[in-house]
Amino acid sequence: MKKLDKNKLALAIAAPLLAVVAAVLITSLIILATGDDPLLAYQVMLEFGSKSDSQVWIIDKSITYYLSALAVAIGFRMNLFNIGVDGQYRIAAFFAAVVGGALTLPGFLQIPVIILVAMTVGALWAGIAGLLKVTRGVSEVITTIMLNFTAGSLIGYFLQEGRLAEKDGNIFHTPNIPESSHFFTFPTTPDPVDGFIVIAVLVGAVYWFVLNRTRFGFDLRAVGSSQSAAEASGVSVKRMVLTSMVLSGAAAGLVGMPTLLGDSYNYGNDFPTGIGFTGIALALLGRNHAVGMAFAALLWGFLDRTGSQLEIEGFAQEIVEVMKGVIVLSVVIAYELVRRYGLRKQQREVGAELAAQSAGDGTNDKAGVSA
Amino acid sequence: MTAAPAEALPRVEGDVLLRRVPKLAAAISAAAALALTATACGESSTEANKDEEKGVGLAFDVGGRDDHSFNEAAARGADKAKKKLDVNVEMLTAGNNETEADREQRLTSLAQEGYNPVIGVGFSYGKSIEKVAKEFPDTTFGLVDERVKAKNVDSMIFSEHEGSYLAGVAAAKKTKSDKVGFIGGVNNALIQKFEAGFAQGVKDTDPKIKLTRQYLYPNNDKGFNDPAAAKEKAKGMLDRGVDVIYTAAGQSGAGSIEAINAKKGAWAIGVDSDQYKQPGLKEYKESILTSVVKNVDVAVFELIKSVEDGDPITGINEYTLKEDGVRLTTSGGFIDDIMPDIEKAKKKIASGEVKVSPTPKK
Repeated sequence: MKKLDKNKLALAIAAPLLAVVAAVLITSLIILATGDDPLLAYQVMLEFGSKSDSQVWIIDKSITYYLSALAVAIGFRMNLFNIGVDGQYRIAAFFAAVVGGALTLPGFLQIPVIILVAMTVGALWAGIAGLLKVTRGVSEVITTIMLNFTAGSLIGYFLQEGRLAEKDGNIFHTPNIPESSHFFTFPTTPDPVDGFIVIAVLVGAVYWFVLNRTRFGFDLRAVGSSQSAAEASGVSVKRMVLTSMVLSGAAAGLVGMPTLLGDSYNYGNDFPTGIGFTGIALALLGRNHAVGMAFAALLWGFLDRTGSQLEIEGFAQEIVEVMKGVIVLSVVIAYELVRRYGLRKQQREVGAELAAQSAGDGTNDKAGVSA
Repeated sequence: MTAAPAEALPRVEGDVLLRRVPKLAAAISAAAALALTATACGESSTEANKDEEKGVGLAFDVGGRDDHSFNEAAARGADKAKKKLDVNVEMLTAGNNETEADREQRLTSLAQEGYNPVIGVGFSYGKSIEKVAKEFPDTTFGLVDERVKAKNVDSMIFSEHEGSYLAGVAAAKKTKSDKVGFIGGVNNALIQKFEAGFAQGVKDTDPKIKLTRQYLYPNNDKGFNDPAAAKEKAKGMLDRGVDVIYTAAGQSGAGSIEAINAKKGAWAIGVDSDQYKQPGLKEYKESILTSVVKNVDVAVFELIKSVEDGDPITGINEYTLKEDGVRLTTSGGFIDDIMPDIEKAKKKIASGEVKVSPTPKK
């Protein structure tokens, strides 16, 4: 047994290593092909990305990314493709902003109210897809994508003057939330770090704990591995589908909160979109693992930060987007390759062991096979 | 770094969880504190560079320099400055799905590198310029399409609704089916100005004409960068007999123009740049009736020149129809026959006889 664990460890390290090497190689070739020096590019990125204000920027940005990745991963863990995190977080943030702009409670009450509204709206929106899947058998991929558009149109309808928004120059936005409900920040220099990092870390910890250390998490992973086996062992698959969609939506509700409570203080035409899709890439990249996704989110923040610096230094502006794509592909392919290799190796070892056993104990072939 | 606590979690069994919770919290806060102290060290990028004169920094809106439209107009102004004033120009482009932080960073980087003036093309840069301008009081900032009150910002505002009114007059005169259309990229206040002016121009010219108004996206900037969507919308309108379509949608407009070109007798009205003259739209130019041009290039050039001359333009500067801040192009000569009507409408607006509303009537 001990030996097998060592193998497992080697395989676990091999995959990310292979991915990194492949990603660096491919991006270097691409940069070379555009006629630039890849080493210079990496140097610019590392130098600029490690500056103290860059560090703060990267952390702040990765908070939102991380929450989005978590929301996607909850679905992924049980083979549910929640493509709708994008619509869920936007509609959640929108209604949270509307409620937040209308209320003037003391901050310690209002912030939780805003967050709760967001989680509830996100959960309800995702719940629609969950409900349709369990009652009518509609694929969640289809419904969540369509609900993204519905969410966008709904927000667009309400985000007009005289409905739920006010006009400010060329931008429509919901009334600002009162100053008392601005989220706290850590007074680091030169820029403060968003206090929402605490929530992100907590949610990450809860995610890890619930999935790995509770009955519910076990059921969820069981359904993810094999629906029929889970069903046979008494897990209600329908209930699990609905619950995990709702949870995924609730987590998605948090995605817009760092922006709403710490940056924009309202929901306007300029509220960031598309983070839900970034979350899909990050969940893939982080292998749905609480820690892995955190690294992925930080990596994305780093690439965002250093991308425009590369542009200033004269590199093609698309290079960072290309890097992101290459990284996701490398990781997915590397893990699949290593998984297959591991499987074959395991099969060979088991086969060899069985052969040795049956050779040593030729009288009882059947027992040897069933062992 | 955010994830360190998850790794540091003690491996607990379900039943001892309650006792472990304080430890868990401690682990999390410890890791968070660690992460935060880590961020506070090292030198900041703002300390690292010394300012030096670099030239003009231009930050584009989505679509980029070659959007055949709005960004391109700004780029033209900068190119002219490059030629005539011999200044260096650096151009950066916004991506889809940008956040405030991305825009702030782009402007900060440009100002930090020593570019002066730094110009944000598009109202999305409003908030970020307001913030960054405070941090770089010695740099002059230019902002197209939005008002920011700051000592070192030149806010360039254009009367799109007045220019669009003239487009409405032209559309009403040219339609044979008495059906005209408007396609907006994103349903925001700026594009509504185009819609409002166009609708009023059509109605004042001929109240019988039916106007179809559609937007590509309710509130996603992708609307300025999605020619395929504009093409579909235009096709839909053409199928319903609309024969003049005014598209205010940045780069997406190219898609609409392409669809209109495929139908004989239909006219496209372009926006922001003289789209008849755009090399990228050359094969469709016979369908481009006219374009509503905002003289972004003139405004941008004036700003750069003023900075070079040492007397930067600042404050809120309105470029109205009266002073040719917006106009209708005549390339191709397709509107030559109706020029008297357009001149008449223009005079009425300039004299104040006709007031063009910047918000559409619902």
